[in-house]
Amino acid sequence: MTTSPAPARPAVPMPSPHSARCPFDPPPAYLEAAADGPVTRAELPGGDTCWLVTGYAEVRAVLSDHRFSADIRHPALPLLLPGRREILASNPTFLRLDDPEHARLRRMVTGDFLVKRIEALRPGIQQIVETALDRMTEGRSSADLVAEFALPVPSLVICLLLGVPYEDREHFQRLSRTLLSSDSAVADVAAAQQELLDYLGDLADRKRERPEDDILSRLAARDDLTPRQAARTGLLLLIAGHETTANMLALSTALLLGRPAQIARLADPAALPGAVEELLRHLTIVHSGLPRVALEDVELAGTLIRAGEGVLALLSTANRDAAVFGGPDRRPLDEVDLSRDARRHLAFGFGVHQCLGQPLARAELQIALAALFRRLPGLRLAVPAEELEFRADTLIHGMPSLPVAW
Amino acid sequence: MQVKVDRELCCSSGMCVTNSPEIFDQDDRDGLVMLRQSTFRPEQFAELRLAADLCPGGAISVVEDAVEDDAARR
Repeated sequence: MTTSPAPARPAVPMPSPHSARCPFDPPPAYLEAAADGPVTRAELPGGDTCWLVTGYAEVRAVLSDHRFSADIRHPALPLLLPGRREILASNPTFLRLDDPEHARLRRMVTGDFLVKRIEALRPGIQQIVETALDRMTEGRSSADLVAEFALPVPSLVICLLLGVPYEDREHFQRLSRTLLSSDSAVADVAAAQQELLDYLGDLADRKRERPEDDILSRLAARDDLTPRQAARTGLLLLIAGHETTANMLALSTALLLGRPAQIARLADPAALPGAVEELLRHLTIVHSGLPRVALEDVELAGTLIRAGEGVLALLSTANRDAAVFGGPDRRPLDEVDLSRDARRHLAFGFGVHQCLGQPLARAELQIALAALFRRLPGLRLAVPAEELEFRADTLIHGMPSLPVAW
Repeated sequence: MQVKVDRELCCSSGMCVTNSPEIFDQDDRDGLVMLRQSTFRPEQFAELRLAADLCPGGAISVVEDAVEDDAARR
């Protein structure tokens, strides 16, 4: 129920498919909705509708306003996979809780992702990157960049930080893919979540007995956290540390191989951080929106959002807002431009839930992309660009494989 | 320009330190925002405005000083 005028066009079906012609762009239906106005309507799987917030200022407003809840246990929180509500609500991570519980749990791990802590990790990340490139290139002239570089690098790094044995990666990567894939059956998702929580719970139990210098040991040692809560936080960090950076690395590489003139900026240490911000803005891998539900009536860009109504905040369209990123000459935003000042992007979200691991993601992307193009100046796609595969089955945009040669 | 940080609102995203490491720091004990300076030069004002604008928790606020602003404009 709303008193707002009926929207001009029918609600946008969520999630909508990517364009085969511009696979690096947000789905065309989202860009069209953004062109209609900053607040429109979305249709969720199952037929429910909610508000779709697409403008930069409005997305920021929603994500930084405590009147919008992220609590997974709220029945009106709009989910693109509504069948999984109970599974997620049975084991909520702090990503899907509100303050004060969110802040209490998040602050237990913020110390491990401080900018200075991540800066100190840079030599170690550099070594992991160089070793991965040594292995990938030894005696060969082609490889799948996802399997041999984009996934192993962030996987090794988050395993080291968390204290999860990298040898177990096939096990937990298979399970986390089941969790993230929209194609998985509900029963399989429930089983995968349980198996991952048991795995991390067992690991935490062992670390409680014999602590090491890692996040899981520190979580396990806390007396204000149940073993189950420790496992949940470990699971959130393990998944968030894997898929996001891995997909950004693969998409960034594929995008830049089609725009070789821009690659030089990655070799300039002064230009590298800005280049990575522009890649984050342009690719914004969380394409399908962050869910919130209004706890009170809120007016947003002239639209009244009633208490109890759901909202999806689209980071991907907010990051294409020409008023913010177009510069004085309003340069077109459908093209990546590594010289653009993209620091205001929302690829890591906004508000109190903004990505905790962003300093780590930045360090990994900067080090990995610079090393990849420095070590392999002849890097090229090993298949025609039209044959590249993009993930259609997950809520995070990405590539299942990226065949390259050098 | 006056700059205030509210540690209660800080969510330790590190945005301020990433963009302006000479002005902001994160407390070793609790990861919350700290200022490294108490006074600011006019050439830092744009950075400070950006830090306040980009802080996801709204923990950083700037109060423009009319006299300084006039000086900066001249």
